[in-house]
Amino acid sequence: MGEPAIRLRGLTRSFGDVRAVAGVDLDVVDGEFLTLLGPSGSGKTTVLRMIAGFERPDAGTIELAGTDVTDRPPYARDVNTVFQDYALFPHMSVRKNVEYGLRVKKVPAAERRARAQEALDAVRLGEYGERAPSQLSGGQRQRVALARALVNRPKVLLLDEPLGALDLKLREQMQVELKAIQRDVGITFVFVTHDQDEARTMSDRIAVFNEGTIAQLGTPTQVYEHPATTFVAGFVGTSNLLHGETAHAVVGRSGTWSVRPEKIRLLLPDEPAAEGMRTVGGTVREVVYVGMSTRFVVDLPGGDTLMAVRQNAEESADLGYLRGTAVRLSWDPRFEYQIAG
Amino acid sequence: MTTATSTQRGGFGYRHPRVRLAGLLTAPMAWLVVVYLGSLAALFLTAFWTVNDFTGQLVKTFTLKNFQQVFTNSAYLETMVRTVSIAVLVTVLALVIGVPLAFFMARVASSRWQPLLVALVLTPLWASYLVKVYAWRAMLQPENGVVAWFLQPFGLSGPGYGFTAIVITLTYLWLPYMILPVYAGLTRLPDSMLDASADLGARNGRTLRSVVLPMIFPSVVAGSIFTFSLSLGDYITAQIVGGKTVMLGNVVQTTYVTNLPFAAAVATIPVIIVLLYLLVVRKSGALENL
Repeated sequence: MGEPAIRLRGLTRSFGDVRAVAGVDLDVVDGEFLTLLGPSGSGKTTVLRMIAGFERPDAGTIELAGTDVTDRPPYARDVNTVFQDYALFPHMSVRKNVEYGLRVKKVPAAERRARAQEALDAVRLGEYGERAPSQLSGGQRQRVALARALVNRPKVLLLDEPLGALDLKLREQMQVELKAIQRDVGITFVFVTHDQDEARTMSDRIAVFNEGTIAQLGTPTQVYEHPATTFVAGFVGTSNLLHGETAHAVVGRSGTWSVRPEKIRLLLPDEPAAEGMRTVGGTVREVVYVGMSTRFVVDLPGGDTLMAVRQNAEESADLGYLRGTAVRLSWDPRFEYQIAG
Repeated sequence: MTTATSTQRGGFGYRHPRVRLAGLLTAPMAWLVVVYLGSLAALFLTAFWTVNDFTGQLVKTFTLKNFQQVFTNSAYLETMVRTVSIAVLVTVLALVIGVPLAFFMARVASSRWQPLLVALVLTPLWASYLVKVYAWRAMLQPENGVVAWFLQPFGLSGPGYGFTAIVITLTYLWLPYMILPVYAGLTRLPDSMLDASADLGARNGRTLRSVVLPMIFPSVVAGSIFTFSLSLGDYITAQIVGGKTVMLGNVVQTTYVTNLPFAAAVATIPVIIVLLYLLVVRKSGALENL
C-alpha cells in the first residue's frame, strides 16, 4: 500500500457564522468506494467541493496521492466530478460534452474521438453522441455526466448526490451500475449522499457526517451493526435505544444500548421465548404493514420505544389487531451494542 | 338545489373564454394596430410618394425616386455609412465595457451588493436624455471641458465635437441597455457550469470562451439589438455634440418640412437595416432564448 488516494487533515470551512466543516481528518484508500453520508447541512458536500477545489478550506490540508493540492485550483487537480444537476453544457452535443476535458488538454482529435466513443459505449449511450443534452432523459444525462468525467481517467471520481434527481427504480438500477463501473475502472470513488440505503448498497466504507465532523468511519456492516454514537444509530437505520433504568433492568448494565429492529422478535402472547434470549414486555403502539415485512412500534414501561420488524414469511393476515395489546420482545444478547454518548 | 348549482358555476368570463381573452387584449391590440402599425405603414407608404417641386404639393403616385436619390447621392451614401459605423462602434464599445461589468455584477460581487449595482447602472436612465447629452457637450468642450482638462497633462487634446464625441455620448447613453440583459443572462448561468468546466481542466479564460460566452450569447445579442438600433435612429446627440457630423436622423429632421416623402424614405433605411440585423441574428438561433 502506497499513499492514500486522498488525505484530509484538519479540514475546516465556515460560511459566515456557520461552521460547515469543523476539522475533518480522512484517508481514502486507493481504489475504494467511499461514501460521505449525512443529513443536509452536515458538511459532506462541502468536503467534496474542497477536494475538487471549488471551495477553499479556511484551515487544513488536502493531499491527492501524497501531493499537497490545497492551494491548487480545480483545473490543476487530477480529480473529476459528477454534479448533482449533471452540469452538462447545453450548447454542446453529448459528444462535445464528453470530449471537453480532452479538448482542453489538447489530446489529438483522433484519440479524443475514440476515447469519447469508448466512454459513451461504457455507459450504453454510444448512439447518442450527436444529441443535445436537452433531448435526453434524466437517467441518460446522468450517464453522460459520468462518461464526461471518466473519459479523463482521473485518479479519483467525486460524485455529488448524482442519483438524487432520479426516480426510485432508476436510482436502484444506477446504484448497481455505478458499483460495477467502479469495479471495472478501478478508480477511487467518493460518493456523497443522504440516503443510507444507497450508501450501504455501493460502498466499501462509509463516513457518517454530523455537524461538520465525521461521526463514524467504517464498513457498511460496522456502521450499521455497531453505531458509534446515538446520532449514527438514529441516522443509519432506526434508533432502537434503551436508556437508564430500562437498560439496567433489561441488559443488566447502565448506559445506552441499541438493538436493530430486525434482530428483535415479536412474541405473540402464547409464544415462548427461546433459550438464552433477552425478553422485555411492552404495549404495541403502531403496526405498519410495509409489504415484505411488518413493523411494530412497542412502548416499554420505562418510557423507551423499540421497533421490531417481522418478515411476512408466513402470515399474510393483517396483524393490525395487535395494536394496543401487550406483547413481549425477545432478542439474542449478542446483538446488543453499547453506544457512547 | 338551484342555488347550490349556481354557486358552483364559474363567472361569465369562465364560461366564455373568448370573451375573457377579448377583454384582456382589446385595448393593447387597438393601440398596436392603429397607433403602432398604422404610423409605421404611413411611413412606408409616404416613402414612395413625391413632392411637386413647384407647388410643394404631395404627389400620391408610387415611385422609387426617393430611394434612388439616397443611394446615388454620395453625400447621403456617406451619411448612411457613417451612421451604421457609429452604431457598430457604439455596440462594440458597449460590449467591451458592458460584458465584463455585467460579469462582475452577476458572478463576482456578493449578493448583498447586486441590487445596489443594478440600481447604479439604472440611475442614468432616470435622468432626462437632453440633460445627459448637454452634460456631455460641456464635458467635451474643446478648450476648457473636463475631458480636455484631463488630457492636457498628457499632452493630448480632447476629441472636440464630431464623430468621436457622438460615439462616446451614445455609448454612455445606451450602455445600461447592454449591461442589463447580459447581467440577467449571467445570473441565470448555473454555478455548476463554471465548476464543471474548471473540473475538466479548463482555466478561467477557456471557461469564458467555451462555456460562458456561448451560453450568454443570446443575452449579448439582445443587448446589441438595443445599442445598435437606438444609435442608428438617433439625431439629437449628433446635433448637440456632433459639430458638423451628420447622421441619417439629422437628414430626416432637416428635410421633413419641405419634402416629407424623402424624409420618410431616409427614415425607412434604419428600419430596414435593423430588420436585416434581426434576420442574421435569427439565423444564429439567439432570438429563441430572448
